[in-house]
Amino acid sequence: MPTVSIGRDRLFAALGESYTQEDFEDLCFRFGIELDDVTTEKAIIRKEKHIDEEADDDEEIIYKIEIPANRYDLLCLEGLAQALRVFNKKQEIPTYTLADITKDKILQMKVKPETSRIRPFIVCAVLRGVTFDEARYNSFIDLQDKLHQNICRRRSLVAIGTHDLDTLQGPFTYEALPPTDINFVPLKQTKSYRADKLMEFYKSDMKLKKFLHIIENSPVFPVLYDSKRTVLSFPPIINGAHSAITLQTKNVFIECTATDLTKAKIVLNTMVTTFSEYCERKFEIEPVEVTYDDGKSYIYPDLAVYDMEVPLSYITDSIGVSLEVEQVTSLLTRMQLHAEPTEPSDNQCAIKVHVPPSRSDVLHPCDVMEDVAIAYGFNNIPTRSPASIKPLPLNELTDLLRIEIAMNVYTEVVTWILCSRKENFALLNREDDNSAVIIENPRSADFEAMRRTLMPGILKTVGSNKDHPKPIKIYEISDVAMLDESKDVGASNRRHLAALHCGATSGFELIHGLVDRIMEVMAIPFVPVNDNTGYYIKLSQEPEFLPGRQASIVVRGKQIGNFGIVHPQVLNNFDITDPCSFVEIDIQALL
Amino acid sequence: MAETERSILGFLQNSDQISDSGQFSSDHNLDHDQVKNVIKSLQAFRYIDAQEVIRKTWVLTEEGNKYATQGSPEVQLFSAVPEEGSISMVELKVQHVEDKMKGLLLQIQQGKEVDKDGIDFLKGRKKLIEQVKWNGYCSIKKGPNYAPERRKVSTDLTRENLENWKELEFKEYNFNTKGAPLDSGLLHPLLKVRKQFKDIFVQMGFEEMPTNNFVESSFWNFDALFQPQQHPARDSHDTFFLKAPCTTRTLPEDYVEKVKRVHESGGYGSRGYSCDWKREEANKNLLRTHTTAVSSRMLYALAQKPFVPKKYFSIDRVFRNEAVDRTHLAEFHQMEGLICDRGLTLGDLIGVLKDFFARLGMPKLMFKPAYNPYTEPSMEIFSYHEKLGKWVEIGNSGMFRPEMLRPMGLPEDVQVIAWGLGLERPTMILYGIDNIRDLFGHKVDLGLIKRNPICRIGI
Repeated sequence: MPTVSIGRDRLFAALGESYTQEDFEDLCFRFGIELDDVTTEKAIIRKEKHIDEEADDDEEIIYKIEIPANRYDLLCLEGLAQALRVFNKKQEIPTYTLADITKDKILQMKVKPETSRIRPFIVCAVLRGVTFDEARYNSFIDLQDKLHQNICRRRSLVAIGTHDLDTLQGPFTYEALPPTDINFVPLKQTKSYRADKLMEFYKSDMKLKKFLHIIENSPVFPVLYDSKRTVLSFPPIINGAHSAITLQTKNVFIECTATDLTKAKIVLNTMVTTFSEYCERKFEIEPVEVTYDDGKSYIYPDLAVYDMEVPLSYITDSIGVSLEVEQVTSLLTRMQLHAEPTEPSDNQCAIKVHVPPSRSDVLHPCDVMEDVAIAYGFNNIPTRSPASIKPLPLNELTDLLRIEIAMNVYTEVVTWILCSRKENFALLNREDDNSAVIIENPRSADFEAMRRTLMPGILKTVGSNKDHPKPIKIYEISDVAMLDESKDVGASNRRHLAALHCGATSGFELIHGLVDRIMEVMAIPFVPVNDNTGYYIKLSQEPEFLPGRQASIVVRGKQIGNFGIVHPQVLNNFDITDPCSFVEIDIQALL
Repeated sequence: MAETERSILGFLQNSDQISDSGQFSSDHNLDHDQVKNVIKSLQAFRYIDAQEVIRKTWVLTEEGNKYATQGSPEVQLFSAVPEEGSISMVELKVQHVEDKMKGLLLQIQQGKEVDKDGIDFLKGRKKLIEQVKWNGYCSIKKGPNYAPERRKVSTDLTRENLENWKELEFKEYNFNTKGAPLDSGLLHPLLKVRKQFKDIFVQMGFEEMPTNNFVESSFWNFDALFQPQQHPARDSHDTFFLKAPCTTRTLPEDYVEKVKRVHESGGYGSRGYSCDWKREEANKNLLRTHTTAVSSRMLYALAQKPFVPKKYFSIDRVFRNEAVDRTHLAEFHQMEGLICDRGLTLGDLIGVLKDFFARLGMPKLMFKPAYNPYTEPSMEIFSYHEKLGKWVEIGNSGMFRPEMLRPMGLPEDVQVIAWGLGLERPTMILYGIDNIRDLFGHKVDLGLIKRNPICRIGI
């Protein structure tokens, strides 16, 4: 996206209002441009020359503003300030007019047929009674530069020449001649060059050498003359020195040569609409007649307003707000689009939109609809959310952890929730602390209670797989149940993760390593004991584990689980003949 | 060592305590250093309790030892004087001298206590005595794990020692270090994030588009999207064009004709770009610059049948001819979501975006008008970044232009709302990576892939 650099104070003066940076950013955001950088001229020079120097307080603040790529009319202070003034309802939309000039007085541009071999189109206009000062002059030059870089595609599609009309004598001719036939003094030079020599000369010019390829291999070069054979310009390379504009220039002749006529017209319209505000007769542009060899002639600039009829319902239905016709027209006015309701027909309300020549970006009613939405405020539009589903975070986390544990080469098991009271406590060397949910009418001793931990199910699985090659590495992530006073029914579930290693050795360090990995995937850092910003491991004394080979896992100060070598007594209770290490963590505490 | 251990444990079997390890060593003719080591080890396993003591004692230097046997130099001189007046020059003031130095030195030699005055006296002379630290243990008693004989020390419970686990003794385990590193396979963080995004799209009812075609024609990548042929994005410094295969072989001709017309002269209510549209330009093959190339194919296919509403998404690779730096790569992943239905509004688009980004933990959104050749309105999506304390751009969105949809043959009242964002940036923010090359490509740090957490987007 193109960026324009504008003096902040001059911009605020043009807007008739001073802003804090924050307020200005907000205005930009709503209008659809962006304050990209705040700097100073000297800071830019310092940066270019890599000088380390303190900034002076009195340096002029420069705003670098990002402009949407299709808004050529905003590429200079004049156009941007006008658009924002209109947006802020501080100015009426200007109406651009062509000076009323008689057929015999109109400036003539004759196009020779050879131009069709290299750069076939030309459009021209005159700005009369312009008052330049240094800032306006620089802005005028900068705008040409921005247009050349963007819509003109580095002068390949369109090249702009601006001239002090008072140094020239019409009628003008646009010709294409062999390079050796063109001789003139180019801008910023004092001696005359022949065009082919000049091309050679510019090969070492950093700025101009990139444009040489556009005509280099052509047998004829485009050139503009006045009636005294003074060269105006040698497009798309350089203007003549003779007609250069200065701060004193009053009458400006603008010509755009092109390979793309539409873009040439847009460029010319952008130039004349933004700078006609400095003309003696504001917003009035003097036309030029361009006549081709076949006798066809055209008056430029083409300031015709493009009328578009847009149904009200199209606008409101696309945005999703209900607006009256008057609201829509007044919103469009703020976007520099004149609009009025049409005569209603078939109960259809429609709006006639007059697209000014400065708004080449408006192609379709959807562009009008967007401008209504911008003026209304994107962030004020009532939203409609489509139907969609949201998964349960606990189950999402469970599934992600299941995959992580499996990737550490543990095999998943799914065991029963129901167990015997013995398995819940006694077989784990535990006292029955009456925390388990007890079944009143069990059909067998296997279904007396709901598991308090995942441990009995995991141990039963190992006990039943005696013949399985060792080591056995299994895990389960599932719910346990417990009595819970805070619940209406007096019981609740908790999501637990359990993993076991069984083999020739207990694999205690491997289970410890798995604990570390679980913490790593949960993004919980390992910290020293009693540090509450992460997790640490602390020796514990639980009856189901072997003394000295068991520990608590403490996460952010809260104990969330234990791991250890399963007590040989417990192994014996579950008929397991190989040592096992086991971990069980409450993952709900990590959610 | 084992003998020393047996002596200590055996002694305590019948006695209350060993009051001093030094004394015990000399009584039992044991090396005191070894006794200390055994006490330390037995204490660690709580066989015994003992208190460490440090004593500072004085010992004789070589010279001190000499004088302790031979007497002080002065007394030696005195003794050297013959009994009766043979040395005339010497007049003995006393007939007998007491050798105080020798006495003190002998006391120290025998390990007896010497008072401060005595020490000061000896210190007054050069290099007779020096101070040494002595450490040992006192009040050595039975500990909670006392047994007359040490049990076997193990590091782990094993199949072999499980039978006699009651007799096992375990070495102390260090819980202040991490456990054993695991041998496991791990997934790349970028694709972990992709999976979460994919899940979110599916939960919102979107179906995935087939995006397994990197080579695309300019037609589907640009022209079908109403992107003008002189648009800067179509320059060779933004897009990779192909030498082989350099052009597309076929395009749907009647559709191409409609696209050409809408570019050149408009239609469907549009003015068009009023410039020449060249088929050769559309035929040029390229590496797709966005997955919207696939969206255009999908929407065209949708328009060829009786209309049904669709919600599509894709997350796949796109290519840009850009200089590679900390934040840019020549290829990256684009996520795209679109809804094609009758009567969609800008309000629907904002609503679906709020739903989508809220699932990513970004509930505060703002929308800024923007320009994009194939969407109108176009909105840049900004999210409030709590840590940075400012609004940051997170994606682009818009409604597809009628100039794109109508030539495809979609009914007039059908709208398409769409949005897109990169996959790398959110991943880099989530995993705290500030150089894209650390995340994606062959210069990736494999350690980073191994260390990263699960993607908890929306969890």
